[in-house]
Amino acid sequence: MLAFLIKRLAQAIVVMFVISIISFSIQDNLGDPLRELVGQSVSEEERQALRDEMGLNDPFLVQYARFAGNALHGDLGTSYFFKEPALDVILKKLPATLDLVFGATLIIIGFSVPLGVYAAINPRSMFSKIVMGFSTVGISVPVFLTGIGLIYLFSIELGWMPSFGRGDVGHIFGFWDTAFLTSDGLAHLVLPCFTLASIMLPLFIRLIRSEMMEVLQSEYIKFAWAKGLAPKRIYYLHALKNTMLPVITVGGVQIGTMVAYTILTETVFQWPGMGFLFLEAINRVDTPLIVAYLIVVGAIFVITNTIVDLIYGLVNPTVKLFGGK
Amino acid sequence: MNMTAIVEEQTVSNWQRFRQSHFWHSFCIDKVAQISFLVFVAYVIAALLAPLMAPFDPYDPGSIDIMNSELPPSWQEEGDATFWLGTDAQGRDLWSTILYGTRVSLMIGICAVMLQAFLGICIGLVAGYVGGKVDSLLMRLADVQLSFSTMMVAIIVLAVFQATFGTQLYQELAMVMLILVIGIAEWPQYARTVRASVLAEKEKEYVDAARVMGLRAPRIMFRHILPNTLSPILVISTVQVANAIISEAALSFLGLGMPVSQPSLGSLISSGFEYIFSGSWWITVIPGLVLIVLVLVMNLLGDWLRDVLNPKLYKG
Repeated sequence: MLAFLIKRLAQAIVVMFVISIISFSIQDNLGDPLRELVGQSVSEEERQALRDEMGLNDPFLVQYARFAGNALHGDLGTSYFFKEPALDVILKKLPATLDLVFGATLIIIGFSVPLGVYAAINPRSMFSKIVMGFSTVGISVPVFLTGIGLIYLFSIELGWMPSFGRGDVGHIFGFWDTAFLTSDGLAHLVLPCFTLASIMLPLFIRLIRSEMMEVLQSEYIKFAWAKGLAPKRIYYLHALKNTMLPVITVGGVQIGTMVAYTILTETVFQWPGMGFLFLEAINRVDTPLIVAYLIVVGAIFVITNTIVDLIYGLVNPTVKLFGGK
Repeated sequence: MNMTAIVEEQTVSNWQRFRQSHFWHSFCIDKVAQISFLVFVAYVIAALLAPLMAPFDPYDPGSIDIMNSELPPSWQEEGDATFWLGTDAQGRDLWSTILYGTRVSLMIGICAVMLQAFLGICIGLVAGYVGGKVDSLLMRLADVQLSFSTMMVAIIVLAVFQATFGTQLYQELAMVMLILVIGIAEWPQYARTVRASVLAEKEKEYVDAARVMGLRAPRIMFRHILPNTLSPILVISTVQVANAIISEAALSFLGLGMPVSQPSLGSLISSGFEYIFSGSWWITVIPGLVLIVLVLVMNLLGDWLRDVLNPKLYKG
């Protein structure tokens, strides 16, 4: 187990290292920090002197080492637009994005498990066919169209739901704000969360259904039937357990993907999260903010993937933890 | 002359073989597959013949009159019979713009998937055939690449390019950039599938025979093994084209894709979204439906191919 842990951590560190190099070369090539600092009125000699002083003429590796050192201390530069440390700006928006991801995850789990299991147990029933047909259509609808459709129906035509923004937020632990605590916030959450969930929901229903159908064909389930166990016990205890194994791995990876799709959802609903901020930063060529976003999101991806692999290694006894022979 | 006779006979019998195949038979009994195929063919024809079918040229600023902007479809009260699907915010005929948009979307989707397939097949063949260290390195790379979602990678790469090049130059390069980014980001899908089939094929006797005959590795890989891995490639290709079209639409919606002057379906939807609150629903809804139907029929065809060819796809 320890060897597996170390191997996974080593891989995570290598990936983070590559991300930091990419981020740094973006910072190195995109925009001119000097111009942002002093504007146009400074003479060429003074510029050169300032460049030397700031270390902008140092070799690439020296500059990278400085960048990495600062990054490890949590210093990713100062946003040109907000005039605040870039990391702080990003982290202030993190709760809003995580609200979306959390809400969408709840919806996905709440719907996909029962529907997928039902469709696997009764593959011929009318309801299963409707569910599967719905999921094929669902895969084919781009997420931003789902969002637009929901806005059009529930906000413009029916006027039931707010169409943009985050509404009132509640605070917990003194620093973390979440829209889950106020009724206004919850109303604002419903449409974006369903939109975000709509990408993954069809995939998960299909995945759970096909995994469960495969499990139901296996020997140990036939044995359980032969033993005369109650159907409920067979389905929900024996079969479901093994169905969920692959679902965990896919699910973990998809959490990272959801962070990517929050950019789209946040754009449609003008949700004040990290993705919306990132697109604004791109339009303003706010390099430190772009770099900070890359590193934060890269870290989220790497951390979720590592944790998922470790959990998988723990729950699935057939994963070869020791290098494999 | 003898040769041509033989070749002709060969093609005839190939056609007959096709007519008698399981593939053709299951196509004949599957209504959904037939309809999807017909709709898809209609899309392809519309895309190919867009310059002939479209009553206006949306790329030509001279034919556009801003006074015609935001006209509803002709079946509505204020509609104009010249523009049967209405006009967009710039006064372009929506029907013509959609035809051209479909052309752009399909072209990007297909080119991107061709690039994916090329990269993925080469890497997958090498990884599976050579094996050992090369294999584990390439597959590790594929794992890492897959763990970052395509969408994320594409958004970041395109965003950074847009910030570096400036919007003007970027818009001219947008199509190439989209093809490159979507093409490069998804190669592991192909590589994994091809590698899995190569591993199975490699053990078979015809490969041994080819090796004993002294054929070189590239020839064995491309001429002998590759044809036997075609059915999984075909299955993922349909789904991948659908995914590429969705990705392109999403990127264009974010303003990182095709410019409004040369719109794909995604950028049309994006430009209409600003007007949906003022009641001009058709600029968003009609291209949206066109996009959904296109992706849906491709997914349905992919599902059908998967059921018929039943390849052992890479799972997980």
